[in-house]
Amino acid sequence: MKLERRRLLAAGIVTAAGVAFGAVALAQPKEKVIRVTARKFVFLPREIRLKKGVPVVLEFVTADVVMGFNAPDFKVRADIIPGQVARVRLVPDKTGTFVFLCDIFCGEGHEGMSGQIHVVA
Amino acid sequence: MQQSIDRRQFLKLAGLGGVVFASGLAGGAKLAGAAQDDFYFIQLSDTHWGFNGPVVNPDAGGTLQKAVAAVNSLNFEPDFIVFTGDLTHTTDDPKERRRRLAEFRDIVKGLKNKNVRFMPGEHDAALDNGQAWKEFFGANYYSFDHKGVHFIAIDNVSDPAARIGEQQLAWLKSDLAKQAADGRIVVFTHRPLFDLYPQWDWATRDGAQAIELLMPHKNVTVFYGHIHQEHHQMTGHIAHHSAKSLIFPLPAPGSQPKRAPILWDPAQPYKGLGFRGVDAEVQEAEYEITEYPVKKA
Repeated sequence: MKLERRRLLAAGIVTAAGVAFGAVALAQPKEKVIRVTARKFVFLPREIRLKKGVPVVLEFVTADVVMGFNAPDFKVRADIIPGQVARVRLVPDKTGTFVFLCDIFCGEGHEGMSGQIHVVA
Repeated sequence: MQQSIDRRQFLKLAGLGGVVFASGLAGGAKLAGAAQDDFYFIQLSDTHWGFNGPVVNPDAGGTLQKAVAAVNSLNFEPDFIVFTGDLTHTTDDPKERRRRLAEFRDIVKGLKNKNVRFMPGEHDAALDNGQAWKEFFGANYYSFDHKGVHFIAIDNVSDPAARIGEQQLAWLKSDLAKQAADGRIVVFTHRPLFDLYPQWDWATRDGAQAIELLMPHKNVTVFYGHIHQEHHQMTGHIAHHSAKSLIFPLPAPGSQPKRAPILWDPAQPYKGLGFRGVDAEVQEAEYEITEYPVKKA
């Protein structure tokens, strides 16, 4: 995580928001980070497994076009911009299986670009 | 009025899924100089010209033409016809996009009624911010008046993030400012303006702002597409009616894990597909009469 951030900072492609968030993340080192790659037209991984009440940071990257991450049941979303790392902090407040999807129309296969968040107690 | 009743009977008999749009007209504002009369329009939506999926619709290359013929064969001439988006199926290839838009335009030229309004859907417009669509059909958002009703077409698809956007919202605010608070307003849009089911992308990111602008107006009805099925919902006093598709139906919101087309049923071809007739009535005053004698018997 730290190595990756240093590498991105060296490359000069971490956004101001990302840097600010990074400072918060450093102060809370115990939060798990899950990196998700978005590409036409899938999220990898497609399945994300979380524990209720346990905070997690989701990091999104893409090398394709602008995409979106949206998990409506948790009211979190982010733009995923090529060359940047998008981060959202999520504290699951309920158990079950919930959809997340790309909410920026990104091409012919966009409508099938979704995944699932599984939250257990 | 007689013709209106005949139209309603016709819609019922023809099974066209007609909507009698009357709520907004009851006791409607008497706009100075605005003619108030019953009228009738047709809404078609989500034709997805260029779609290819035989198990979903083996007649994808012929359904639009059949719909055009069906509209032409109606017993009552509509005042106008509106297509509420997704005229074509999406393609990453800009040349193919234009080819599909051109073919769609040429097919619908076969409509006898030439008063046709168009709107984009995300399949037409989201990958180039509506550039190709506008080359063929002009303005992507606009308003017009017809027989005392103010119609507003809102574009919530040319932004790939499904936003109406600040510029268009400012235009909407300005347009609505010219309307009386009790004026009769009909909105056409592609996506639902409210959060119908965001898990399937059935929403408009800043749709709540449009609804907020519409709320002070007493008589507002919204007709939209996108979800490939009939759906009726109120947000406060504003009624929202989605239309069927002319390519494939989709399942009810959240009724199954994934949003996937309902497969073609050979036993019931074209099931779930269709278009809509909207009968806009001006309700006449009703008087209940009671006769009294001078003296009770």
